[in-house]
Amino acid sequence: MAASHGAGQPQNDGCRSLSLSGHVGVDSLPEQLVNKSIKQGFCFNILCIGETGIGKSTLIDSLFNTSFDDPVSTHFQPNVRLRAQTYELQESNVRLKLTIVSTVGFGDQIKKEESYQPIVDYIDAQFEAYLQEELKIKRSLHSYHDTRIHVCLYFISPTGHSLKSLDLLTMKSLDSKVNIIPIIGKADSVSKTELQKFKVKLMSELVSNGVQIYQFPTDDETVSEINAIMNGHLPFAVVGSTEEVKVENKMVKARQYPWGIVQVEDENHCDFVKLREMLICTNMEDLREQTHAQHYELYRRCRLEEMGFRDTGPENKPVSLQEAYEAKRHEFYIEMQRKEEEMRQVFVQRVKEKEAILKEAEQEIQAKFEHLKRLHQEERLKLEKNRRVLEDEMAMFIKKKAAAELLQTQALVSTPVNFKKDKDRKNFT
Amino acid sequence: MFKGPVESKNEAAMSELVPEPRQKPAVPMKPMGINANLLGYIGIDTIIEQMRKKTMKTGFDFNIMVVGQSGLGKSTLVNTLFKSQVSRKSSGWNREEKIPKTVEIKAIGHVIEEGGVKMKLTVIDTPGFGDQINNENCWEPIEKYINEQYEKFLKEEVNIARKKRIPDTRVHCCLYFISPTGHSLRPLDLEFMKHLSKVVNIIPVIAKADTMTLEEKTEFKQRVRKELEVNGIEFYPQKEFDEDLEDKTENDKIRESMPFAVVGSDKEYQVNGKRVLGRKTPWGIIEVENLTHCEFALLRDFVIRTHLQDLKEVTHNIHYETYRAKRLNDNGGLPPMTVETEENHESNL
Repeated sequence: MAASHGAGQPQNDGCRSLSLSGHVGVDSLPEQLVNKSIKQGFCFNILCIGETGIGKSTLIDSLFNTSFDDPVSTHFQPNVRLRAQTYELQESNVRLKLTIVSTVGFGDQIKKEESYQPIVDYIDAQFEAYLQEELKIKRSLHSYHDTRIHVCLYFISPTGHSLKSLDLLTMKSLDSKVNIIPIIGKADSVSKTELQKFKVKLMSELVSNGVQIYQFPTDDETVSEINAIMNGHLPFAVVGSTEEVKVENKMVKARQYPWGIVQVEDENHCDFVKLREMLICTNMEDLREQTHAQHYELYRRCRLEEMGFRDTGPENKPVSLQEAYEAKRHEFYIEMQRKEEEMRQVFVQRVKEKEAILKEAEQEIQAKFEHLKRLHQEERLKLEKNRRVLEDEMAMFIKKKAAAELLQTQALVSTPVNFKKDKDRKNFT
Repeated sequence: MFKGPVESKNEAAMSELVPEPRQKPAVPMKPMGINANLLGYIGIDTIIEQMRKKTMKTGFDFNIMVVGQSGLGKSTLVNTLFKSQVSRKSSGWNREEKIPKTVEIKAIGHVIEEGGVKMKLTVIDTPGFGDQINNENCWEPIEKYINEQYEKFLKEEVNIARKKRIPDTRVHCCLYFISPTGHSLRPLDLEFMKHLSKVVNIIPVIAKADTMTLEEKTEFKQRVRKELEVNGIEFYPQKEFDEDLEDKTENDKIRESMPFAVVGSDKEYQVNGKRVLGRKTPWGIIEVENLTHCEFALLRDFVIRTHLQDLKEVTHNIHYETYRAKRLNDNGGLPPMTVETEENHESNL
C-alpha cells in the first residue's frame, strides 16, 4: 500500500511553483510507484453476507470467472459462522491476493438477534490485527498481509417487498465499519416492473433508517459521470451462474429455464456487469483507500480511546500518544512490581506460619519423648528395687536353708528315734 | 487446463472456519492461498490505472539534502538536476553573505509540475559544513535535523485522531559532495558518512569532476569505494536492502559506477547546432548531459527517473522504522509526569 503514506498534498503556501527549462523526469513517478506496487502484489478482501442459498458463492464464481468450489452448506447451522478463503489470482503482471469471507448459516436460526455479532467481531478482529501490527515496536507493515475487509456485498432476498428487519439490523451495525454494497440476489425471480419498485423501496428504507452504504466516488472527472449513474442503480440486481448455455452460437454464462434463458452478462437481464465494473474495474482502489483512511482510522481512534489514551492531557495540554504509552507502561511496571512485592510478603508470611507450626510440633514431640524417658526411668528404678528385694530374700532363704541343713545333720547324729517326727516337724517350720 | 479447481476441491476442506470470537476479538488464522486459474478476463489489472490516477491526484513529496563544503558546486548541481532555479542561491541568497560560523540548515520548498504530475520538492542546504577551522562534530546539527523530521512524523503517526495524509518532511536523500582531490577521502568525509549512513540514504558524488582526467577519475572512484567499504559505510543503494535478484543486478551495476563524478551548470551553449547545458573553458565546452564528459545524466536518471520512489520507501520502511523502534524502546527523556507517578506508587506501597 505504497500510495497511502508520504504522498502529501502539494501545498502552495510558501512554495514557489517552478518553471522547468527542460525535461526533469518527474512524470515517471507514478510509474515508479505502480511498479513497486506490482512487485508487492495487491490484496482485496470481500465479505459476502446473505442467507443460505441466496447465491453468494455462485456470484463470486461468476465475478472472478473461476470456480472456487465452496462446499454447499445446510440450513441447520446452530449459529452464524464465517468462512474465509484466500486465492491468488494473476492477470497479466498483476498479482492479487483475493480473500472471500462468506457467512454460513446467516438467517437460518429461529432466534436471530445474535446473527450479526459474529460478523462485527470478525471485521473488528481484522482491524485489531492491523492495529496490533501498527503498534508493535518492531513492525513490518509494508509486507503485512492485509486482511481487513474492503467491501461487504450484502445480499438482499428478492421478496419484492422490502428489507427484512434482520437486514436492517445487520447493515446498521456494519455501516460504520465497512463499505457496504447492497445487492439483490437471485434477481431473476423478480419481474422488471417489480424490480424497479423494489429498488426504490429498498433505497428509501435504507435512507430513512440512516444506513450508510458505499457511494461510488464522484470527485474524479474521468469516472464521476459513470459513478453517479451507477449510484442511481443501487442496489444491483444480480444473477450468478457458472454454467454456460449456447445463445446465438456463443457460449455464455446463463441460467436456462423452460421459458427462456437469463444471460448473466446481458445488461437488460441483470446488473451483473454493472457490479463487476464498479467493484473491480473502477473502484477497487478507492474501496481499499476508504477502508484504510476512514473505517480503520475510526476503529483505531475508538480503540485507543478505549485503552485509555488521550490526545490531550489532564490540563488540556496536548499529550503525545507515545508519552501516554510510556506513562501507561511505567504504570503497569509499577503495578507489576507492587504485585510482586505483595506476593512476596504473602509467601514470607506463609513460610513463617508453617515454621511456627512445625516448631510447635517439634516441641510437642520433644515433650512426649521426655515424658516417655521419665516413665522408663521410673520403671527401671522400680525393677531395680524389686530385684534387690528378691535378691535379699534369696540370700535369706539360702541362709535359712544352710542353717536348716546344719541342724538336720546334727539331729541325725543324736536322736534317730524321733527322726521321722522331727523331720516332719522341721519340714513344716 | 485447469489445475486450479481440482486442487481447490481437495483443499476445500481446508477452508478455515473462523472461530466465533466473543468479547475480545480473536485474531483469526490466516487462510491458505490457493491458486485459481482464471477462465476469462476480469479486469483486475485495471487496478494499476486506478492507482496511477489516485497518485497523480495526490502528488508526491521529495526532500533532498545537499551536504558539502562551500564552493563545491552544490547549488549549481541541484539547479541542473531539477532544471530550474531551486537552490538557496536563487531564492534570494546573496553571494556576499558570510559563511556561517556553525552549520545551518535551510530548507526551501518548491512545486514542480511535469506531465500532469505534481511534486513538492524541498531542497535542504547545509551552509557552513566543513568550512570552519575546527570542524569537530559539524555533522551533529545535520543529524539532529534529520532526527527531528523523523520525530515530527512519529508524533503525527502516533496521534489518536490523525491527519489523512501526514506531511512528510523526512530527508529522503542526502547528496554528499566529495572534493575532487584525486587522492582519497578526507577524515571529515569519513566521519560524516559513518555517522549518517545509518540514518539517511547517502549518495556520494564527486563534485567539479571536470578537474580530473578519465584515468584519475576511475582511480579516485575505486579508492573512494574501497575506503568506504573498509570503514563499513554503506551508501545508497545499500546491499542489504536489495529485494530480489533483479534488484541486485541492477543495483550492483550502479554501485560499481558510484560515486558519480558530476559537473553542474545552468548556462546554455550552442554545440553542434544544439543548445546544451555546459561549462565554457578555453579548451572546450564541457557538456553536462554528455555521458563521455561527466556522469551527471547517470545521477539524474538514478535519483529522479528510476529510484526516487525507492529512496522514499527505504527512508520510510527502514530508516524511519529504525528510529521509531529506538524511540519507543528508550525510556530516557520521559516528561516529569512519569516521575511523579512513580513517587506516588512508592508512597502507596
